[in-house]
Amino acid sequence: MAEESKMITVYIMGKAYKVPFGLTIMKAMEYAGYRFIRGSGCRAGFCGACATVYRNKGEYKLRTALACQTTVEDGMYLAQLPFVPSNRKEYDIEEMDPKKNVLSEYYPEINRCVSCNTCTKACPQELDVMDYIQASIRGDYKLVSSLSFDCIQCGLCVVRCPAEITHYHVAQLARRLYGKYLSPVPQHLIDRLKEIEEGKFDSEIEELKNMDRKTLESEYVARDIQKIPRGEVNGE
Amino acid sequence: MKLIDGYTEEMRESIKKVEKTRADRMKRSFAAMSMEERQDVLDKYHPDYKKERKRAVQIGPNKGEIAPHEVVDLLEAYPLITEKDIDLNKIDYDVDLLIIGGGGAGTVAALWANDNGIPAENILMVTKLRHGDANSMMAQGGIQAADTPEDSPARHYLDVIGGGHFANKPDLVEALVKDAPSILKWHEELGVQYDKDENGNYIERPGGGTSRFRLHSAKDYTGMEIMRVIRDEFRNRNIPVAEFSPAVELLKDDSGNVAGAVLFNMETEQYYVVRAKATVLATGGFGRLHIQGFPTTNHYGATADGLVMAYRAGAKLRDLDTVQYHPTGAAYPEQIVGLLITEKVRGMGAQPVNKDGELFVFPMEPRDVEAASFIRECANGKCVETPTGMHGIWLDSPMIEEIEGEGAIRRNLDAMYRMYKRFGIDMTKDPILVYPTLHYQNGGVEIDENALTTIPGLFAGGEVEGGVHGKNRLMGNSLLDYNVFGRRAGISAAQWASKNSKPGKLTLSHVSSFTAELEKAGIARERVSPMLLPDYRGENVIARMLDIL
Repeated sequence: MAEESKMITVYIMGKAYKVPFGLTIMKAMEYAGYRFIRGSGCRAGFCGACATVYRNKGEYKLRTALACQTTVEDGMYLAQLPFVPSNRKEYDIEEMDPKKNVLSEYYPEINRCVSCNTCTKACPQELDVMDYIQASIRGDYKLVSSLSFDCIQCGLCVVRCPAEITHYHVAQLARRLYGKYLSPVPQHLIDRLKEIEEGKFDSEIEELKNMDRKTLESEYVARDIQKIPRGEVNGE
Repeated sequence: MKLIDGYTEEMRESIKKVEKTRADRMKRSFAAMSMEERQDVLDKYHPDYKKERKRAVQIGPNKGEIAPHEVVDLLEAYPLITEKDIDLNKIDYDVDLLIIGGGGAGTVAALWANDNGIPAENILMVTKLRHGDANSMMAQGGIQAADTPEDSPARHYLDVIGGGHFANKPDLVEALVKDAPSILKWHEELGVQYDKDENGNYIERPGGGTSRFRLHSAKDYTGMEIMRVIRDEFRNRNIPVAEFSPAVELLKDDSGNVAGAVLFNMETEQYYVVRAKATVLATGGFGRLHIQGFPTTNHYGATADGLVMAYRAGAKLRDLDTVQYHPTGAAYPEQIVGLLITEKVRGMGAQPVNKDGELFVFPMEPRDVEAASFIRECANGKCVETPTGMHGIWLDSPMIEEIEGEGAIRRNLDAMYRMYKRFGIDMTKDPILVYPTLHYQNGGVEIDENALTTIPGLFAGGEVEGGVHGKNRLMGNSLLDYNVFGRRAGISAAQWASKNSKPGKLTLSHVSSFTAELEKAGIARERVSPMLLPDYRGENVIARMLDIL
C-alpha cells in the first residue's frame, strides 16, 4: 500500500502490541510475533481452532469471535481457547432408537437449560443455539439439525453456559440420528449400487481404460454436456 | 478510505456496469472452449506453464523430473533429525497400524481398518494439529458420484480423465468412479446429511468440466459435514490419536519395509518412536508452500510433510509438475484474500464478469482453464483493482437469487454469505471479487488401486497421493478421493498388518543415505524439511529474534 498503514494497539493476553489496522485477529497476533501451534487451523472459518474471547477497552462485556474471521480493533484484550474439555458421550449409532428422545437420555443436562440465551450470544456463527437446545429437549431431531447445521464446534457456547450443557455434542448426535434414521437413502443411489455390483459398467470402463490417447480424446470432446438450465444462447 | 456497503467508490462504479448488463447476461452463456482454445489459454496464462518457476529434482526416485521450485526446495532439503539423535531401541508405541495425518483420508482409513479386523487399540493416528484440522474440513462445494439414471460411472471416468489432460492413472480413475456411489451409501449409514429435494432425492449440481450434474452438497459445508461425522464415529470407537505430534521421518525395518515413524511433540519438543506393521500416509497437500507467491485456500498445516518423508524413504512421486489454482479465491476484502469461494457459486448460476460487466468465459470450464482465463482477462486490463493493489474478476452472485429465488444464497451458500457479511459485504445484493488462489496438489506419492505406494508397508490416501487426477483435478473429486483411497488404504493396510509379523530391527539408515546423496549432489545445507508449519510472524519480529531458551 502506498500510504503508511495506520497502527492500532491490541492487548494479547494483557500485553500491549502495536499492529496494523485492517488485519484479522489471527494475522495481527502473527504480526506481533506469535507463531501458532494451537489456535490456528483452517484459517477460513470452518474448523473452530481459533475460538477467541476478548473485551474492548472500557467495556465490561466479554465477547467471542473466530480470530481468523474478525478484524482487529484498537483496544481489544485478546485470549484464545486452546482446547475445550467438554463432555462427549460415546454411543453406537447402529444401536439407537430415534423414536425415543436419545438426546435427553445421553445428555440429561439439556433439561437444565435456563433459557438465558448466553450460548446464542456466544456463537461466532450466529446460530440460534438456545433454540436448538430447546428443540433437543423436545427430541425434535429435524429442527436441531437445521438450526445447528452450520456449527463449527469451536466450544464457545460450552464455556459460557451456566447449565454446563455441551451444545455441539448434543447437536452432532441429533444430526447423525436424523441423517441415518429419518432421511432415507434415495432410491436412485440404491439402484446404481445394484448396477455396479452386477458389473453393468465394467466393459464400458474397460474399453475407456484401454483406449489410445487420440480415441479417448475424441470420445471426451464428443461427450454431450448436460445443459445448465439457463443461458442457452451462446455469447458469441 | 470511504466504503459504501463494503466497496470503494471506484469499485461501486464498476458494480454499476455489472448490474447494467445483468438482465441481458441472464439470458446468455458463453461458448465452451475447444481443446485447442483450452491449450492456448493454458500455455499463455496458467502459472503452471511458466517454465522458469520450476526445476528438475537432482536426487531421489524422481531424479530429473520437474516440479515447482518450492516443492523441489523441500525435497532437496536436509532432514530435521539424524540417526544419532534418535534411540530406536525404546519404542513408545507398538501398533499394527500407524496413520499419519488426522484429516479425512486418515480418519476414513482408521474406520475401515477397524472394520477389517484391526482392533482400535492397535491403531494409532498421529496428527500435526488437531484431529480434523485439514482441508477436508474446509471443502465447500460437494462430492461427485454418478448415481442418476442419466449419468454413469463410465461418463464420470471420461470427465475425470479429460479434465486431468489424460495423464491420470486409469486404474485409479476406475476405482474413484466405481466406488463413488458406495461412499455416499456409507456416509448415509453414518448419518451424513446431504441436500435432498422434497422427494428425498439428492439435489445434484454441475461442476467445472463435468458433463452431468453429479455434485452432492451439504449446503456449502459439505467437507465439514462429512469430516465431523466420520470424526465423531472415530471417537465412538476409541481409536487412539496423538495430536500436535507430527511424524518427522518414516522408519524402515531391516527388510526395507516401512515400519513406523519418529514423531515430534510440538508442545514438549520430545520425540517418540512408533513401530507399526503397516503405515498409512494421509498428510494432505502443499497449499501452504504458497507456490509462485499465490495466496491459498489451504489449512495451516498443508506443508507437504508427507511428500518429503515418503521421498526420503524411497517412494516414487508423480504429477508434481502441476498445481491447482482455484479460479475463485477471494480477492477482496484484504482480510480474506485467497480464501475459497466455492465453485458451487458458479454452479448455481453466478457468472464471472470483467470490470465493464462483460461475461468473457464459459463459467464451467475445468479449473485450470477457468483460472487461466481470469488471469488473461486481467492481463488485458479488464480487472478491477482493489485498494491494496490486488486484481479481481467479479463473480455476479446476485444472479443466484434471481435464478433460484430470494433466499437461495442463505439456503445453499451460508458459509459464503456469512464470511462476506463479517467483512461488510452482502453477496445477495452485490457481486464479489475473485482471483485464482493456490488450492490443490494434483499429484503426489504414487499408489496403485489398493493404495499401496512403491514401498512395502506404506499406503497412502487423499491429497498426498498422486495419479488419480492427472494434471488437473475436477471439482468434487477431492472429497471423493480421500474417501475412496482412504478406505482402500485402510483395508489394504489392515490386510498387510494381519498377514505380517512385527517389523524387524528399526532403522533410519535411509535418512542417512539420502543425506549422503544431498551432499554428493553438492546441495548446500541451507534448508531443512519437513516444514511442519509456515511462519507468518512479522518481519520486524524475526529480525530481532534470539534463540536463548
